[in-house]
Amino acid sequence: MSYKFPSPEWVKAFEEQINSSDAYANAAKTWEGDITLIIDGGPGIYLDLWHGKCRAAEYLTDPHSKNPEFKITGDLEKWKKVLAGKLDPVQGMVTRQLKLDGNLVKIMKNVKAAQELVRCATRVPTTFE
Amino acid sequence: MWYFSSPFVVFGEEALGHLEQLSGERALIVTDATLTRLGIVARVEEALHKAGMQTRVFDEVEPEPSLQTTKRGARVAADFQPDWIVGLGGGSPMDASKAIWAMYERPDLEPTEINPMITLGLHKARLIAIPTTAGTGSEATWALVLTDTEERRKFSTGSRELVPTLAIVDPSLTQGLPPRITADTGLDALTHAIEGYVTVWRNDFTDGLCLKAAQLVLTYLERAVRNGDDMEAREHMANAATIAGLGFGNANLGLGHAMGHSFGALFKQPHGRAVALFLPYTIDYTTNGGLGRYGDIARFAGLTDSRDEEEAARILAVRVRELEQAVGQPMCIADFGIDRAAFREMLPRLVEYAEQDTQFFTAPRIPDTEELAQMFEYVYEGRSIDF
Ligand SMILES: [Fe+2]
Repeated sequence: MSYKFPSPEWVKAFEEQINSSDAYANAAKTWEGDITLIIDGGPGIYLDLWHGKCRAAEYLTDPHSKNPEFKITGDLEKWKKVLAGKLDPVQGMVTRQLKLDGNLVKIMKNVKAAQELVRCATRVPTTFE
Repeated sequence: MWYFSSPFVVFGEEALGHLEQLSGERALIVTDATLTRLGIVARVEEALHKAGMQTRVFDEVEPEPSLQTTKRGARVAADFQPDWIVGLGGGSPMDASKAIWAMYERPDLEPTEINPMITLGLHKARLIAIPTTAGTGSEATWALVLTDTEERRKFSTGSRELVPTLAIVDPSLTQGLPPRITADTGLDALTHAIEGYVTVWRNDFTDGLCLKAAQLVLTYLERAVRNGDDMEAREHMANAATIAGLGFGNANLGLGHAMGHSFGALFKQPHGRAVALFLPYTIDYTTNGGLGRYGDIARFAGLTDSRDEEEAARILAVRVRELEQAVGQPMCIADFGIDRAAFREMLPRLVEYAEQDTQFFTAPRIPDTEELAQMFEYVYEGRSIDF
């Protein structure tokens, strides 16, 4: 079974990956903050992350319908590269291929959690079309 | 997509004289009181005066510069309105000069708000970095490390706009450095070269720089420590530090720096001594996971011809330990005179700060929290990493 990115089913599978990852739970045990991953000109993926767990995950047809602490925006091609492990999200942000709205220092202090989060995403069997 | 940032580099004997060829009106020299006392600030001022510039000196930068100091420096800059800022000294004055430059031009920003993802839009001044130690590489990078004295914690940040416009790498400025500082800073350069070569952000532009810098330090550091007037060794070490800066500055670092930043901040140890302490242990740890490309460094430095990657990596680790011992570097945390109870009490923070360090996540092999704590325990005793 694989899931189309982005879709509500993919978001659900991502949430399950996050909540079954001990590595994420450990790395993000002090993290408090919600985030929307936005596909440029498309939908958003909203995650409410709290102390190593994902309390809520939502597929947002209107990516700006929530007002989270962080937003990361990039076009679909960039997100595909992130999911394939070909674009390091931090390098993506430094080179502005991904745009961050929110407090970077807080992210940089929790890079390990961010990496584990990306690792969870890469574990979702994904198709693009 | 990635970037390669670099200053215009003037190196070798008499490099300092290049300042006389610059054009400008006012230069603010950011430095420390020792360099004023040693007459090095006067040498720089003289060259700038010959270029027709007025100078002002802010020599209040302390080792491990604080946010508060950089804010004071920025106020001096606001008053003097320089078109050149000169960071003169070791890593501390050079890092402080970057922050002062940013805050001078962007008084709306706190130093903690400087980051690679925002455009600073600097246009009033340019930066000259003049290292007086051979180690930090700050003259070649866009990174800076400041200390929040209230939180007893360092924070690293940077901006590509803060790469010095010009780096003056004049070995005569390192001639009088005491052996201890020569060793600390030189081992920092070695750690930059080795970690910059193995980091996950390494790239074709940085590999050659890191290899060459590692080879130079492995060849010349001991000589520079034993005889500070060995100008051949001094010159190669000065070059190695800047070359390593160009390498790691465009590739990031790894575990040695993450653990060293944490240890250095919590136990108030000089940067180079702290990161070099962890370097050989992190080589072992990374090699145990079958990662690291250390063999290339060992072969390039002429330590071995072995094509067995693990064997070559072990040979590099042995050579690093030999060099560290030869220059008087402490080999375990206990060697720093830190008792076990004090270490144990600090262990959770040592681990936490290392995990949150900006160099942690680009290491080729990343430990989990328990493993990291165990690594600190092993380094306390000087046990070889067997996991
Ligand atoms: Fe360093």
